[in-house]
Amino acid sequence: MSQADLALFLEAAVRLGIPLAFAALGETITERSGVINIGLEGSIIAGALGGALGALAFDGAGPGVMAGAVAGLTIALVFTLFAVGLGADQIITGTAVTIGSLGMTGAVYQARFGATGTELSLPTLAPLAIPGLSEIPVVGRALFAQAPTAYAAYVIAPVAWYVLFRTSWGLELRATGEAPTAAEAAGVRVRLVRAGATLFGGAMAGVAGAHLALAHAGTFAENMSAGKGFIAIAVVVLGRWNPILVFFAAMFFGAASALQFFLQALGFDVPYQLFLAFPYVLTLAALAGWVGRSRAPAALALPWEPRR
Amino acid sequence: MSGSVAPARAREAALLGAGAVVLTLGTGALLLLLGGYDPAAAGSAMVRGSVGSWNTFVSITLVRSVPLLLSGLAVAFAFRAGVWNIGAEGQLYAGAVAGVWVALTFSGLPRPVLLAAMLAASCLAGASWALVPTLMRLRLGIGEVITTILMNFVGIYMAAWMVHGPLQEERGVFPQTDRIVEAARLPTLIPGSRLHIGFALGLVIAAALAFIMSRTRFGFHVRAVGAAPDAAAVAGRIDTRRVLMITFLASGAIAGLAGAVEVSGLTYALYENLSDGWGYTAIAVALLAGLRPGGVVITAIFFGALRAGAGAMQRDAGIPAAWVDVIEALVILAVLGLERMRASRVASLSGGEGP
Repeated sequence: MSQADLALFLEAAVRLGIPLAFAALGETITERSGVINIGLEGSIIAGALGGALGALAFDGAGPGVMAGAVAGLTIALVFTLFAVGLGADQIITGTAVTIGSLGMTGAVYQARFGATGTELSLPTLAPLAIPGLSEIPVVGRALFAQAPTAYAAYVIAPVAWYVLFRTSWGLELRATGEAPTAAEAAGVRVRLVRAGATLFGGAMAGVAGAHLALAHAGTFAENMSAGKGFIAIAVVVLGRWNPILVFFAAMFFGAASALQFFLQALGFDVPYQLFLAFPYVLTLAALAGWVGRSRAPAALALPWEPRR
Repeated sequence: MSGSVAPARAREAALLGAGAVVLTLGTGALLLLLGGYDPAAAGSAMVRGSVGSWNTFVSITLVRSVPLLLSGLAVAFAFRAGVWNIGAEGQLYAGAVAGVWVALTFSGLPRPVLLAAMLAASCLAGASWALVPTLMRLRLGIGEVITTILMNFVGIYMAAWMVHGPLQEERGVFPQTDRIVEAARLPTLIPGSRLHIGFALGLVIAAALAFIMSRTRFGFHVRAVGAAPDAAAVAGRIDTRRVLMITFLASGAIAGLAGAVEVSGLTYALYENLSDGWGYTAIAVALLAGLRPGGVVITAIFFGALRAGAGAMQRDAGIPAAWVDVIEALVILAVLGLERMRASRVASLSGGEGP
């Protein structure tokens, strides 16, 4: 692989890793509060459609990203009402929300653009090269000639770490996920914290979806989230619920996806469908081989209600 | 956890299910109205396309309910033991591939032997697809929700590769297998209709599961582990790992069977996208049935009718069939919501703490 090839590969790795990073960082905060949101996939696909419609309506990728965040948050709101508000089972609620969101986005897309799927051309989220930094050999363009969302992710990962481990907010959030009853006794409003953390996760997943539509494809396609929400949840496990590690785990998966296209471009004769299966197999292998002693928040996935 | 989604009594489960259906249809109509559609036209197209005539009911609705019946039973059985098998979709594809492979490879065998071999192979394949998440849960303590979902994607792409590669038809034009021989096809159940023996097979398995759950020691263990695994292990001296393993693998086997039955009974060849998300619909089927095998028979037919009606809705009223997925999600949410309200009412009546 020549140096130019390597630079291209790294650039693709970061570009593909960014949406996973957004979704996984949001889910890290959500899970730290004791909620596992399997509906993340639903927020991503809603964010992709919201991003597409927003970018068309306001004729710009920036408003598209905002619209994507709102769409992702709206889907997470449905999840929150049932899983946090009513204390319903989180796994089943999340599955329902994902099924419903995939169906709803498909129906809206077909109603708006026709069942055949007229080719939709969107304002794209163009790369923004940072002068100086982007000229560093090999890694410069990979890290610093990305869409603006990438720079947001670079900032969000350390900030999320700081808030989580160095502020009283973060302490309350983690207490909610580890020992909700004790947290409530100490004056933390457990359900409010969980709702906030879940909605934040939904908005982040919405941005991830908008990034998919606006920075990658330049279009919307039904089911374009293609399981990224589930991979993001695995990424949170691999990153051991630590935002910094989660960010790097997301980049690792971005690299794996980039490798998939790269090997194909280099003419390796592996059937296309097996290429497509690769990220999922890799996720399973990574979960099996790497998780080891990492520990989930103690109250993860357990519904909680205040004592009356 | 499954205690919170499985009502204790059959009558309660039926009431809850009926309430959820009413709630769902109401919300669905409202959403259609908001989307600018005519709910009345949608409703009448749906009724016509699903139960409009005896032939529609048997050859479309019941035929569509077969994979939902089998995969719904698979999900209900797993959920009863607290095994969150979201992987019926992948297990179904594994079963379909194994079944069609047997049919194409051993096409010279006599009919009973060939059919038995196909169905057995599909069970084995479905169970092996479930084996990976099972081992990851029992050996490594990794929850099965994400792993089963990931295995779904692997299964879908594996099947896609098969029909593009090793198992592609002789002509090599379309991404599908050759048609299986007569001897590998399931007989028709009702002469003159498309309904095949697979439906009866589903009923038999439902009856068997109902018997196991309510009348056998193992069924009692499954329910105990599902309700409270720690208590089952400590107080009941139940080998929870063994119960979880058997239930998980059996669930995978039944889902695998769904794939082979569809190929052998209806399509006679394996296509890419054989399943229209049946493995996920199965979750709605199982929950609406209160995780009861007998109830699954009814809810599978209900969802079969919805799927059949959705086709007519798209044709006659121009409403995207994707709305059916929204309806499925609403059903699940309605069941969860009503169940939570019932639980908190019971809790306040008994004066105790919340569940």
